[in-house]
Amino acid sequence: MKKLVTVVLLVSFMMVAGFAGTVEAYDIGLAISTLDNPFFVDLADGAEETAEELGVDLTVVDAGDDAATQMSSVEDLVIQDMDLIAINPVDGDAIVPAIEEADMMNIPVFSVDRGAETEVTAHIASDNVEGGRMAADYMAEALDNEGNVIELEGIPGTSAARERGEGFNEVMDEVEDIEIIARQPADFSRSEGMSVMEDLLEAYEDIDAVFAHNDEMALGAIEAIDAADLTDEIMVVGFDAIDDALTAIEDGTLEATIAQQPEEMGRLTVEMAVQLLDGEEIDDFVPVPLELITE
Amino acid sequence: MEAESAGQSTNYMEYILIFLDKFKAGIGLLVMVIVMSFLSDRFLTLPNMLNIFRQVSIMGIMAVGMTMVILAQGIDLSVGSILALSGAVTAGMMAGDTSIILSVLIGLAVGTGLGLFNGLMISKAKLPDFIVTLAMMSIARGLALVYTGGRPISGFDPAFRSIGGGRVGMIPIPVIIFAFILLIGYLVLNNTTFGRYIYAVGGNEKAARLAGINTDGIKIKVYAISGFLSAVSGVILTSRLNSAQPTAGVAYELDVIAMVVLGGTSLIGGKGTIGGTLIGALIIGVLNNSLNLLGVASFYQEVAKGLVILVAVLLDSIQHRD
Repeated sequence: MKKLVTVVLLVSFMMVAGFAGTVEAYDIGLAISTLDNPFFVDLADGAEETAEELGVDLTVVDAGDDAATQMSSVEDLVIQDMDLIAINPVDGDAIVPAIEEADMMNIPVFSVDRGAETEVTAHIASDNVEGGRMAADYMAEALDNEGNVIELEGIPGTSAARERGEGFNEVMDEVEDIEIIARQPADFSRSEGMSVMEDLLEAYEDIDAVFAHNDEMALGAIEAIDAADLTDEIMVVGFDAIDDALTAIEDGTLEATIAQQPEEMGRLTVEMAVQLLDGEEIDDFVPVPLELITE
Repeated sequence: MEAESAGQSTNYMEYILIFLDKFKAGIGLLVMVIVMSFLSDRFLTLPNMLNIFRQVSIMGIMAVGMTMVILAQGIDLSVGSILALSGAVTAGMMAGDTSIILSVLIGLAVGTGLGLFNGLMISKAKLPDFIVTLAMMSIARGLALVYTGGRPISGFDPAFRSIGGGRVGMIPIPVIIFAFILLIGYLVLNNTTFGRYIYAVGGNEKAARLAGINTDGIKIKVYAISGFLSAVSGVILTSRLNSAQPTAGVAYELDVIAMVVLGGTSLIGGKGTIGGTLIGALIIGVLNNSLNLLGVASFYQEVAKGLVILVAVLLDSIQHRD
């Protein structure tokens, strides 16, 4: 029986060892917040595919959304003397001590999708400003460059609300006959989106379109518009491409939404890492392009 | 003559088997270390060894408390939630300008209090330990979320950060605290009446009660100790991350119980040692570290960890059947 213990342990370890990769050009670590979320699975897939194309040895570790687990696994990546560590933080504050350890060993660190509350070599995330522009371009064209528009803003002060609004307004400011008749925060929430929209429908007669900083608010606004029997009059554009939003687009209640591209994010992470390690300069913010979805 | 020599050789075999049995966890650990040192040249290095010890210290401290609970034939599923709540309370106190020492003491008191409550419910109200601590798991987690409003509390004084992040010479402070708690745990179990009573209660509660031992008192104390040590881990983790996470410690009870069981402590109580728990903690630590060093995909890691735990419990149960 006792020998069996040893044998079983040994065999299971050999099996485990079988998964180990061989050493290639660059060793890059990628610490993901949680692979329970399809968004991050796509991100990791994109990174792995690109790593294979470029002959990079990529080690992906998953924190299961636990900040302490993520810290330990980043420490393990530091011990392995990775050439670069890309971190998609569970928590921007709690990851700081681990990034400091990487700094001490002179290992460059990327933050991916979510930022870290300390300086990193580069931050790779969706280009929310560009997403705002894309929404505005689409809306302006669909409105033939004239009409009254309402903007439902996210939680004031959040980077998503700020950047999406910035891009949207940048484009709309250029279109003379489109007027933003109201800007109201609805805190990224569906119920807020609905009640704010109900008030605005009372206050304004002639509304042609609504841009919401996320799909939740857009879907809330759609409820209010539907209750007022104005679905055919008012066009709604959202942001994020959540499942409910895609269904709403199929139903024809939502006009368009802007989707993030997690695979592209993973691809860019590895590409930028290789550029940096090859000695090329890279920007400290690498924007990941977004996609307009209308059907 | 022949018969005699044959008898002697079976004697030797028996000694070897007893030796193997006694140290099977240690042997398992040794095998893992040897295999790993061939597989990764980064494994058997001083920085990585200190890294492993530091990583296991937080759960290891909880495992010392869990060892006492399991020895007394109990179980404590609330350790991860108590860790989160104690860490959050400590962080919240500091954010409200309470002094570091007082904040830590309040955090520790919260953990001890909840452990005490577990103990009272189990011994005095005669409720099943599994259900009481499962309920506490939910209560303490909920309180941590309520207290923090669901958001992490971050950014502390450097003096507080040194509890989890500092070193004395080369040795990380959490490792020193872990070593100290292991020593105290060892002394309590081996050199005090309280320690002997824990074994007695776990071995046969009825007999212990008939022998005049205050079994309720022993049970209340072990749960209080488990709560206290979970709070200690909560404070260290909060310091290490420079952030108190209301979701910290989810599913820690599983790893902590695994450490205790891998260390040879029997789930039916009365049998086990602190030394074994240290070995068990190191097995979990080496396993996590190795799988990361070898670049094993994270989904396989879960499977591998589960298999090792299952094999350990299986071997334990086979032995008890013999």
